[in-house]
Amino acid sequence: MQVSITVNGKRYERNIDPRMLLVHFLREELGLTGTNIGCDTSQCGACTVHLNGKGVKSCTCLAVQVDGMDITTIEGLAQNGALHPMQEAFWELHGLQCGYCTPGMIMASTAYLATNPSPSEEEIRGSLEGNFCRCTGYQNIVAAIKSAAEKMQQEPVGV
Amino acid sequence: MSTRIFGSGIKRREDPRLITGGAKYTDDMALPGMLHMAMLRSPYAHAHIKHIDTATAQGMEGVVAVYTATDLSLGAVPCAWLVPNSDLKTPAHPPLAADKVRYVGDAVAIVIAEDRYLAQDAADTIHVEYEVLGAVVNPEEATQEGAPQLFDDVPNNIAFRWIASSGDEGVEKAFAEADVVVKDRIVQQRLLPTAMEPRAALAQWNSGTGEMTIWCTSQNPHIHRFILSGMLGLAEHKVRVIAPEVGGGFGSKIPVYADEALAAWASMKLNRPVKWAETRSENYLVTIHGRDHIEHVEMAATSDGTITAIRGTVYAGMGAYLSTAGPGIPTILHGLMYCGPYTIPHARCESIGVFTTTTPTDAYRGAGRPEAVFLMERLIDQVARKLNMDPVELRRKNLIPPFEDGYTIPLGLTYDSGNYEVALDKALAMIGYADFRKEQAEARKQGRYLGIGVTTYCEICGLGPSQVAGATGFQGGLWESTIIRVTPTGKVHAMIGASPHGQGEETTFAQLISDEIGIPVEDIEILHGDTGNTPMGWGTYGSRTTPVAGAALVLATRKIKEKARAMAAHLLEAAVEDIDYEDGKFFVKGSPDKFKTIQEATLMATLAWNMPEGMDPGMEASQFYDPPNFVYPFGTHIAIVEIEADTGIVHLKRYVAVDDCGPQINPVIVAGQIHGGIVQGVGQALFEGVVYDEHGQLLTGSMMDYAVPRAEAFPEFELDHTVTPSPHHPVGLKGVGETGTIASTPTVYNAVIDALQPFGIKTMEMPLTAARVWEAMQRRNGSANGSTNGVHEGS
Repeated sequence: MQVSITVNGKRYERNIDPRMLLVHFLREELGLTGTNIGCDTSQCGACTVHLNGKGVKSCTCLAVQVDGMDITTIEGLAQNGALHPMQEAFWELHGLQCGYCTPGMIMASTAYLATNPSPSEEEIRGSLEGNFCRCTGYQNIVAAIKSAAEKMQQEPVGV
Repeated sequence: MSTRIFGSGIKRREDPRLITGGAKYTDDMALPGMLHMAMLRSPYAHAHIKHIDTATAQGMEGVVAVYTATDLSLGAVPCAWLVPNSDLKTPAHPPLAADKVRYVGDAVAIVIAEDRYLAQDAADTIHVEYEVLGAVVNPEEATQEGAPQLFDDVPNNIAFRWIASSGDEGVEKAFAEADVVVKDRIVQQRLLPTAMEPRAALAQWNSGTGEMTIWCTSQNPHIHRFILSGMLGLAEHKVRVIAPEVGGGFGSKIPVYADEALAAWASMKLNRPVKWAETRSENYLVTIHGRDHIEHVEMAATSDGTITAIRGTVYAGMGAYLSTAGPGIPTILHGLMYCGPYTIPHARCESIGVFTTTTPTDAYRGAGRPEAVFLMERLIDQVARKLNMDPVELRRKNLIPPFEDGYTIPLGLTYDSGNYEVALDKALAMIGYADFRKEQAEARKQGRYLGIGVTTYCEICGLGPSQVAGATGFQGGLWESTIIRVTPTGKVHAMIGASPHGQGEETTFAQLISDEIGIPVEDIEILHGDTGNTPMGWGTYGSRTTPVAGAALVLATRKIKEKARAMAAHLLEAAVEDIDYEDGKFFVKGSPDKFKTIQEATLMATLAWNMPEGMDPGMEASQFYDPPNFVYPFGTHIAIVEIEADTGIVHLKRYVAVDDCGPQINPVIVAGQIHGGIVQGVGQALFEGVVYDEHGQLLTGSMMDYAVPRAEAFPEFELDHTVTPSPHHPVGLKGVGETGTIASTPTVYNAVIDALQPFGIKTMEMPLTAARVWEAMQRRNGSANGSTNGVHEGS
């Protein structure tokens, strides 16, 4: 099936198997391997990307379903070589260890802040119900999201 | 003087690639002509294979090959921890089942196809005729007469029987003379390690050179090369194993599995690269599980609260085959730690390893030690209750007094250093123990159920002296080695044999080097994970990378430093003994302005225009390090929980952890290790547990069914530490990778039982889910008619 999908600002035309998952489209058709796959039941959130600005799990979505839409992946988050405040905060506050859940965490939390720019710690923890991390115990992830939220309140960014 | 880099919580140097999507995990790799492998796995726990029909799969477009056991020329999957004096049985573990499958997930065929989806489609068309046999999933029941037998030559499914004892006579006498004896039956439920990255392998055979390259999710690529070369029948120097970015392991990426070997074998057979990547469901079915003990344990004490003896019989589920390190976990890493941080004079552990029709078990974070600490801390609380003593005071009374250089316990281990009471007092002060008891009493009057749990632990890690490895049957050494190479411009490549996968040694090891020779961390690269460019090492597990590989690194750096000092002395025309060092500069004593930097000394040694007499050119050092002993970190963890009376939900209100891993290279990274460990341990106490049905079907086979802990279940942890250096380590370091997991399970469990005291609940099976807690509370209230599954009331 012919699809036209914009990923990180660039339009891609591809003829794909209708059953191809979005995450495989990103990883294998486009070579954007920053989006990871951690489960097959839509629980872990490692594969979270932005679809028209909203967080979605790309393992639970067919590529053909997003024909004509806009996707942002972890590779597209930094702008003009400058890290997104969320990326900076994860680095600054040691919000990652093995890093496998990290792209999904960062994409999910940036999408969340778009809906709730100034969340409490409890709200942040609740917002991560669809994102698992096995290394960090979440403490520094929560701190990173809180810190990024505060910075973004002061200096809003595009995504 | 500048701030010391050792002890500084600098940002991790690993992170830029990980936060931008630039990291390359195994499944991110692709090679020209690459094929994909899918496995056909048994849907039955125990069955004879009568017939396999692969014809349809073979004929499908895009399918390159289908193989079953009869096609293979590949060695069996070996067990590599042959625990001695245990009558160990090691039945062969074929990479593909030939005549019999022994657990759901046992592989029977592989399909190699041009595309990932096609390979799976084709696997689904293979028809296997099975004759189903009886399943047995409970390790204690599997030893009973009449239980289904997995192997003809392993009677009663008993793989081994191992005993550690301080002296049976003394143990018997202590129990006979005790004022109080408490007994418990503890079920250490099976857990799923759940590294966020599932396993994967990409194998590339080069028929022209006869070389095999395998990228795979490994915690120990040198062990993988060692064993895979044997399975594949290839000379070791023709096999290169690369662990690229690895997304967590927690023990599950130590073992050698059939899958990686099959991908490599298929690549040889077809002369094309072959990739295999498991799905999460497949990961839960076939990647090793952890724990799985049924323990009958008891403790003896005198009426003044002196613990006089501890003993236990452990039925340890090994699964259907012995995994790489499987037998060592419930024995060496468990039974020898039965005394914990206490002055218990008599101890005995009998561990019976049992085959069951389930996924093999092996090391899962803590590996044997969480189980030992759990049973100890459970029994202590029960003794305290029986004696009507404060459980903290009972612990305090029995703690080993401070020691700086060796304390030998009755089971033969010599702990390196400890100062347990200081950590205990610090944690008690942080939580406000005395005040809490008042608050608890007040809350109970209002029908609110608060509880507190305290664990004082020590653990054995930093595995370990190789002589001990050999004596305990580990089929490898446990030393580490490093090569440090300084480039002409003074930049460093440090190559290590260990293989970090999230622990941050690219940062902490750069700090160690920088601290010794003053080269900035930005100029230091730690290379690991590739057997092609790193020296031999036994891997990252057992909290050993920092204590063992870190020691090798420090000693190698000191060799560099001494060579640079001699070079600087030569350039400064001074005697070596007159040269002082500070902050990367070598200077003549008393004349700090007359100096050569480490970079200058390196450049001149590399150019070699003017070398000191007898000195070779270059600036490079290698170092092997076999530790003289293990290291024994310790600490106290305390949790406060509140139980919702209406629902049984356990709320973790506060969590205090005081850990001592010696000096901390990077306190931010240490804290991260502890945070993650705590959550994994609490996961076992409250949420996680593998469930098999009586047919051996894995009911918790996906993340929908297995409760991986989520962020919302936890408060912000309150951490502090004490610093007791290891006397035998060059800079005093101990490991910290497992302490959180080891301490937190009993801490939270004991807090829940403490909260439930008004209900007289003495013990319950983990995980302490809301349903289980609620049911227990109801029954005590006399209003429930539910099952009694897992709940044992107090007398």
